[in-house]
Amino acid sequence: MDLSPSRRTLLKGAGALAAMPVTGFPAVHAAEPVTLRYLGTAVSQSSDIARKVKEDLGITLEYMPVVTDEVTKRAVTQPNSFDLIDTEYFSLKKIIPSGNLAGLDAKRIKLADRITGVFTKGEVNGKRIGDQGTAPRKVFYLEGQNAKTFAAAPTEWLTLIPTTYNADTLGIRPDLIRRPVTSWKDLLDPAFKGKASILNIPSIGIMDAAMVVEASGDYTYGDKGNMTKPEIDRTIKVLIEAKRAGQFRAFWQDFNESVNLMASGETVIQSMWSPAVTKVRAQGVPCVYQPLKEGYRAWAQGFGVPKTLSGRKLDAAYDFINWFLSGWAGAYLNRQGYYSAVLETARENMQPYEWAFWMEGKPAEKDILGPDGTLIEKAGATRDGGSFDQRMGAVACWNAVMDENTYMVRKWNEFIAA
Amino acid sequence: MNDLALPHTAETVAAPVAAVPPRRRSLAYLQAAPLTLVFLIFLVVPLVLTGIVSLWEYNEYAIIPALTLQNYADLFDGCLSADLCTTVRTYLSTVKFVVLTLAVTLPLGFAIAYFLAFHIRSGTVRMGLFLLCTIPFWTSNVIRMISWIPLLGRNGLVNDTLRALGLIRQPIEGLLYSDFAVVLAFVHLDTVFMIVPIFNSLARIDRRLIEAARDAGASGAQILWNVVLPLAKPGLAIGNIFVTTLVMGDFVTVGVMGGQQIASVGKVIQVQMAYLQFPAAAANAMVLLAAVLLMILGLTRMIDLRREL
Repeated sequence: MDLSPSRRTLLKGAGALAAMPVTGFPAVHAAEPVTLRYLGTAVSQSSDIARKVKEDLGITLEYMPVVTDEVTKRAVTQPNSFDLIDTEYFSLKKIIPSGNLAGLDAKRIKLADRITGVFTKGEVNGKRIGDQGTAPRKVFYLEGQNAKTFAAAPTEWLTLIPTTYNADTLGIRPDLIRRPVTSWKDLLDPAFKGKASILNIPSIGIMDAAMVVEASGDYTYGDKGNMTKPEIDRTIKVLIEAKRAGQFRAFWQDFNESVNLMASGETVIQSMWSPAVTKVRAQGVPCVYQPLKEGYRAWAQGFGVPKTLSGRKLDAAYDFINWFLSGWAGAYLNRQGYYSAVLETARENMQPYEWAFWMEGKPAEKDILGPDGTLIEKAGATRDGGSFDQRMGAVACWNAVMDENTYMVRKWNEFIAA
Repeated sequence: MNDLALPHTAETVAAPVAAVPPRRRSLAYLQAAPLTLVFLIFLVVPLVLTGIVSLWEYNEYAIIPALTLQNYADLFDGCLSADLCTTVRTYLSTVKFVVLTLAVTLPLGFAIAYFLAFHIRSGTVRMGLFLLCTIPFWTSNVIRMISWIPLLGRNGLVNDTLRALGLIRQPIEGLLYSDFAVVLAFVHLDTVFMIVPIFNSLARIDRRLIEAARDAGASGAQILWNVVLPLAKPGLAIGNIFVTTLVMGDFVTVGVMGGQQIASVGKVIQVQMAYLQFPAAAANAMVLLAAVLLMILGLTRMIDLRREL
């Protein structure tokens, strides 16, 4: 591989840095307070993190929580309304061509070279993982700081610094299903007629549908995350048939809707997000985040900065991102069931039994508590899907923006109207 | 009779206006200016912009000034084939909800307004009861909607009660996430918009007219049909317009109560906005606007609002 000299020096420097403990953050911000307007979804905007940042760096985070699609929309239409953006990698295919984000300088990100291989190489522990859709690997580097195109090989300009990522699958109610669920095709099994659900976010819902189509053996996509028009037609047709047959109880659009559908027993099998499963269980209702043989649909999000950010605010953004990677926040996210970008530093901030439960898939030695102190699992329980290597290693595809996105949205509306 | 009761109809006002001196006329224009300006800035300009954008092109991240009818063509793509296209299907579904909601809210709203206006003698009690009708508006309409879900669900209060009484064995699935649920929520949310204008019309009816009708030997039903209803027409028309526009433009109620499974025009527009397809959304909005205007035009053909007010 042809690494540019600057890249090589960067790696050397980062290697030296990695040897020493990452402590002693600049305390300059305490003198003259900086506020960062932080645009993102509620997923990673926790008040605990804001409090800790204020303590450690003196930076005030002003959260602007909106839904995923709205984050993209603001980044494209109102790039001056935020100082820091936490957006999904797949949105980059819309945001980067608009030229509103600046590449992040890898030299200023202390732990840049320790970001997990999931992002930099598309690998978990040296093993290639699913690459279909907008895999972060494909949109990780920019040609230059203000480039509007992605670089195929590593450069020193990063689009986003990863905050959280996870592997999604179907959630089920084992008490109401009473048979093993092993495949995505079970979502459309007539046995669950009127008790299934899929999410009504077109770009994600169609991927789940594609997993179902592929699992049923009807068709194999070239790339589930970038379908051709006939492939979109085929997928939507399957969905429409299922809908007309009364397979779906409802579609859900936000986190809480999915929790309510599952907890109330309106649905027994549906696409779901990991913390939603945790929340159903916290209500005392059995719910499993079922690993399936075809693998997971993964997503990832990260921090970016608008092109207009400069001076002290830009410095503060870099300080905050460095702080975020340094471990405390990573441990916090791992305890919620997400994964953090730099695993080693998060591990230093977790108890060995916590790490064993969340990341190694081992039975919990003690009761597992969430970051807010609520009981998540009793001692002896294991995590659905197992270890990090098992879960992220079994990723089949990534949330995506397709080339035929406009057509897909039109067909999705047709499905809803059917 | 109308001219006796309400002498200031459009025709009688029009003549004197022409006769006023120019200075007083410009003063009248000045007085009307603030409202005109508000309408211009907040209604006409956005509408014109929406109309312009509906002719633009777009890609994933930008809208491009152009003059194309492609967005409209996409909207009606496949509508000429035998199978109904998405747009027609969506509008039919929305119009169905308008009709169903009107069918319930119109008699219900009229009955409540009639009771308040004619059967409650004390003004204080009437005001009190009238305010009672508005109590649901103290909470947001999303909360009013969501409160139905625990009641109507598969394991909800209604199903549980019916099962406990031994009336049903299997829960009734159609209570929630169905057309029924959507209409129920619309009736809950929108009946008050029917009550208020009808009540207003009824309250202005001269009671002597009713006494006169009775003295002339009319029965209760005849009075209602020949005296009260014709005089309540403006209120009925305004209530109809309120409910029609509310239901046509809604996507939250249909989404929540229909389990996101039922299409609505508003939802289609919302999805397109979320995916940055502003020109497509704008084209949809223009078609929706035209549809609603046509419906209101039809309504005002039946009742001449300007004359009746």
